Amino acid sequence: MLKIENLHVRVEDKEILKGIDLNVNPGEVHAIMGPNGSGKSTLAQVLAGREDYEVTEGTVSFLGEDLLEMAPEERAREGLFMAFQYPVEIPGVSNTYFLKAALNASRKHRSLPEMDAVEFLKLVREKMKLVKMDESLLGRPVNHGFSGGEKKRNEIFHMAVLEPRLAVLDETDSGLDIDALRIVSEGVNSMRSDERSFVVITHYQRLLSHITPDVVHVLVDGRIVQSGGKELALELESKGYSWLEKTYDSTAAVMA
Amino acid sequence: MPPTEESIEQLANKEYKWGFVTDIEQETFPKGLSEEVVRKISAKKNEPEWMLEWRLKAYKHWLTLDEPTWAYVKFDPIDYQDMIYYAAPKEAPQLDSLDEVDPKLLETYNKLGISLDEQKRLSGVAVDAVFDSVSVATTFKATLAEKGIIFCSISDAMQEHPELVQKYIGSVVPISDNYFATLNSAVFSDGSFVHIPKGVRCPMELSTYFRINAENTGQFERTLIIAEEGSHVSYLEGCTAPMRDENQLHAAVVELVAHDDAQIKYSTVQNWYPGDENGKGGIYNFVTKRGLCKGKNSKISWTQVETGSAITWKYPSCVLQGDNSVGEFYSVALTNNYQQADTGTKMIHIGKNTKSTIISKGISAGRGQNIYRGQVKILKGAENARNFSQCDSMLIGDRCGAHTFPYIDVQNPSARMEHEATTSKIGEDQIFYCNQRGIDTEDAVSMIVNGFCKAVFKELPMEFAVEAQKLLGISLEGSVG
Repeated sequence: MLKIENLHVRVEDKEILKGIDLNVNPGEVHAIMGPNGSGKSTLAQVLAGREDYEVTEGTVSFLGEDLLEMAPEERAREGLFMAFQYPVEIPGVSNTYFLKAALNASRKHRSLPEMDAVEFLKLVREKMKLVKMDESLLGRPVNHGFSGGEKKRNEIFHMAVLEPRLAVLDETDSGLDIDALRIVSEGVNSMRSDERSFVVITHYQRLLSHITPDVVHVLVDGRIVQSGGKELALELESKGYSWLEKTYDSTAAVMA
Repeated sequence: MPPTEESIEQLANKEYKWGFVTDIEQETFPKGLSEEVVRKISAKKNEPEWMLEWRLKAYKHWLTLDEPTWAYVKFDPIDYQDMIYYAAPKEAPQLDSLDEVDPKLLETYNKLGISLDEQKRLSGVAVDAVFDSVSVATTFKATLAEKGIIFCSISDAMQEHPELVQKYIGSVVPISDNYFATLNSAVFSDGSFVHIPKGVRCPMELSTYFRINAENTGQFERTLIIAEEGSHVSYLEGCTAPMRDENQLHAAVVELVAHDDAQIKYSTVQNWYPGDENGKGGIYNFVTKRGLCKGKNSKISWTQVETGSAITWKYPSCVLQGDNSVGEFYSVALTNNYQQADTGTKMIHIGKNTKSTIISKGISAGRGQNIYRGQVKILKGAENARNFSQCDSMLIGDRCGAHTFPYIDVQNPSARMEHEATTSKIGEDQIFYCNQRGIDTEDAVSMIVNGFCKAVFKELPMEFAVEAQKLLGISLEGSVG
């Protein structure tokens, strides 16, 4: 599904990612954890195709294609979705109109007929239940005037409608209260399948007690310093990142 | 490629879609303006003596005026002697059906996507199409006549209802009003005339499509709409013009009169040729539009979508004379490449409890300059007058400009005024968000801009709203990428 090899990324003059290797198979959920400033969000942005991030080395393939060669909208149409840490407001553009345009852009790309308003509304109603979204949010402008929690739920709702092959959730849990966290997690869990993979980026373990990952990676200073099963998240929770940072620093020191 | 600021600047480089010239025989006067030309225009149209006198008075006054320079626009001097002041399709007889229309004209309309035939059948819109200066086809006359509604060219009105024309022409925009209106008064060629009798609701939207088609022909349209007591009318005006290298002057005058309890809604989609991406060519659109809320409880509403013209100089205004009268102005003005727009409104509150609303959305892309200029004036006798103004500007790229010049003059302490203004830049974040959902940058910009203009578009009649959205999309192509 997603294969990252030796990925180096810099922003302006600063190297943020210093050689990432990651292999996500279909159906897997990978969690990427790490302290602030470790490069977690940078990784998400690079996958989504944000400018400002310069890939200096390495490759990323998505469904066998060179991801880095694709424009952001092509990546989306090929089935890559990113739930934004800070969803953007678009005043005056209704959530439904926006989503319909998005879905039809992808369908057109896959040579499927565009969905008409009636079909689309039916689909949307069904997906809204997944994230227990209020119908009034449909007619409102995209994220405009939404609360923090509503915005995050709206991201998951977008994901549910667009049905991506790979979803990257960038700190979707931040700013959510416990109920919202549960709703968002249930939405994600209901979408897990053998064909769909997730990369869940989070600072805290608490999301991972709702969404059980297959693999947990710990990102420190632009490198994945440890990977393991779901127990790794729990270990981090009790010991904190400083434990790994120290281990990693000493390893680095020894190797040097 | 992900979107960049530079590429945002590129989205508007599509060729002007309506750029073609219809090959049709024309009867034209030689270039230049003189008393002789004014007399010839009047004679050509077989006008009554008083009309000729009125034109000559305007012409003589015009000679004493200087072109105004206060607008925030720049252009090369206009040579008024290098223009043709009258051009009519040679075969312009009075027609009863579309079958009698020159097929080439119909072809032109078809290219514009406004087949009269189709409109006649499907949309229920009566069309008084102005091809250059003389009306060639007037439809739905019969249906309207049943209700006693007059909808015809102003030339016809001059023949058939001279008393109405004489009573109202120049009553809202007097011949001495301003340089361009005065010029129009002297040389206006044709335009529309609407009269809605007392208590009648016009059963359909009245619509005129204007089109400049003759080389070097200034267009001097004159439109007059009168709504008698308790009547309602909605009027649509849409323009496209063929591609051209030399600048063309368009100096129209529109006058509206609303009597007691009458309502007039006037909607414009303006898409004159804006010039090429280097600022060469394009229409100078210097228009005077004014509505008089003459009676109590009357209402006049202007809605405009201005995407075309090299220069737009236009301030559709309301004189709120009747007590409890209401004036509204909803505007979207878009400038791209080297376009300049200095537009806004004037709301003159004279009567008691008069209300006005101004919603203006300016979008600048490329090197476009967009100016909102508005005046709200509350006179001494205007007890409890209210105004709400909202002026929002959106910038696309970093070489364009947005400017706001609001003038507020309050002479009655009971007035309530609200003014809101914002300026925003179309966000890279917004575009990236759309991209990430699979929407390409061009569509994203169009979507974001349309969202920005929503408050105005919802005031447009349905069929115009769709056209307006498409126009914004086309006009922005190449401004972002």
